[in-house]
Amino acid sequence: MADFRGYYDNPQASGAASPITEGRAARLALMLTAFAFLGIFLLLPLIVVFSEAFSKGTETYFSALTDSDTLSAIRLTLLVAAISVPLNMAFGVAAAWAIAKFEFKGKAFLITLIDLPFSVSPVISGLVYVLLFGAGSLLGPWLKAHGIEILFAVPGIVLATIFVTFPFVARELIPLMQEQGTGDEEAALSLGATGWQTFWYVTLPNVKWGLLYGVLLCNARAMGEFGAVSVVSGHIRGLTNTMPLHVEILYNEYNAAGAFAVASLLAGLALVTLVLKTLLEMRYGHAIAASRGH
Amino acid sequence: MTTAPAAAGRRFRTPSVIPGFGLTLGFSLAYLALIILIPLSGLAWRSASLGWAELWSIATGERTMAALKISFGASLIAAAVNVVFGTIVAWVLVRYEFPGRRVVDAMVDLPFALPTAVAGIALTSLYAPNGWIGSLLDPLGIKVAYTPLGIVIALIFIGLPFVVRTVQPVMEEIDTEVEEAAATLGANRFQTITRVLAPGLAPAVVTGFALAFARAVGEYGSVIFIAGNLPYVSEIAPLLIVIRLEEYDYAGATAVAAIMLIIAFVMLLVINLLQSWSRRRYG
Repeated sequence: MADFRGYYDNPQASGAASPITEGRAARLALMLTAFAFLGIFLLLPLIVVFSEAFSKGTETYFSALTDSDTLSAIRLTLLVAAISVPLNMAFGVAAAWAIAKFEFKGKAFLITLIDLPFSVSPVISGLVYVLLFGAGSLLGPWLKAHGIEILFAVPGIVLATIFVTFPFVARELIPLMQEQGTGDEEAALSLGATGWQTFWYVTLPNVKWGLLYGVLLCNARAMGEFGAVSVVSGHIRGLTNTMPLHVEILYNEYNAAGAFAVASLLAGLALVTLVLKTLLEMRYGHAIAASRGH
Repeated sequence: MTTAPAAAGRRFRTPSVIPGFGLTLGFSLAYLALIILIPLSGLAWRSASLGWAELWSIATGERTMAALKISFGASLIAAAVNVVFGTIVAWVLVRYEFPGRRVVDAMVDLPFALPTAVAGIALTSLYAPNGWIGSLLDPLGIKVAYTPLGIVIALIFIGLPFVVRTVQPVMEEIDTEVEEAAATLGANRFQTITRVLAPGLAPAVVTGFALAFARAVGEYGSVIFIAGNLPYVSEIAPLLIVIRLEEYDYAGATAVAAIMLIIAFVMLLVINLLQSWSRRRYG
């Protein structure tokens, strides 16, 4: 059978239409359909962001970016990501350790619970915190009496962001660590390593690329989240406005050039994320669970 | 998650020499409870305290019904479109060699990486009557931006990677020997695809459809810019929640959210059943 492989795999060389691939016309039609679809739905929106951002010249572009409200939105977005990403990373590592290295009852249920935020609308993710901390809630009056601001302030934005980015690191690390098993750790422990040494010198090096991959996706979502943050932020300019929210405000004020200027930064972040993600998959695909279709 | 008595030979966890179980599981459960479970049960508690009668009257209210119909209807159409084109895209990426294949492959994940608000304003400016695509469709009398059609466009954008990324790995696993066998037994290419390949891909396609659909139902950021947001016409359910919140009508917002969660849960259950059925039949 192997002798015929070359013939079947390379129909162009043989000149005949092979029975295990489509004819030339069908192939061309499928490729054109795919490219047209991707071009219209993915490429054009990306191009239009940059073209609109520079539509009024580079001067308008840079003055929109150096506006004080824009700068404070950028600062807030970075702050929120700097808090929520490490917390979700710590959770992801801990949860993956517990789930992948041990056998216990209710494990499948726990994994389902971790994935829960992905199946909840971002608006509902924000709503749950409004119901928990808002004026009509049990905690609301107590928080107000003690002068603690959560809603319409930075803590609420951080909480909503943590909620929507909750599963990213965990769902990358769990299948990866499950696949790697416990052999390496047991060997280290039997050679006298402590638990922490085992984690730092054995487990962490084994999962570092997967961890980086999860953190990358978590960060992209944390910086770009709109719905959940919009519900809890209160949209106070210069105070509780993240970059995506600032895009909305500028857009609704008919300042399209300004809105697209800020949007171009977020689109740039998305492109950098995609490039890094692709590089990680190319170089370390064997060490990343997600690239193997889990 | 109760610990069975050890005497019965069944334990909560299998013994292991690896340390840190208590610490990591304890931290994970505490964090999960604080961030996800307590806030979500707050929503459940709020909607339960509304009572079924109140919940039902909000659910069957004209505006809620219209918003739910638009949300679920547009999501259904968008997911169906994505099934067709997403499968074609996956096929082209898996089976054909062409320059720049890796770039195209990476591009498919753009909707995952691009913030939804950015996608929303970009699509709106493309499909507005004076936009690049909108100006071509306008003379034909087709209006996309600020109509329900715009909602479908935004949801197609959001859902595409779910279908491609679910179907693609399964396509890569297909053994070409199966196709060779079909061909040697006299099947033409069309028969091989419809009778041999399609049944094997069906569960993945259904899963991709379900994921794209579930994501689309909850989508907010990319839709609100292009939708026009007219009550009864182009107002989606997540937007109705936001509107109720802005009116300080917490009961109304909670009710709509609870109904959305219940319907989404039931639909996912149905799709899961369909999937296990198709896996049994074709698996």
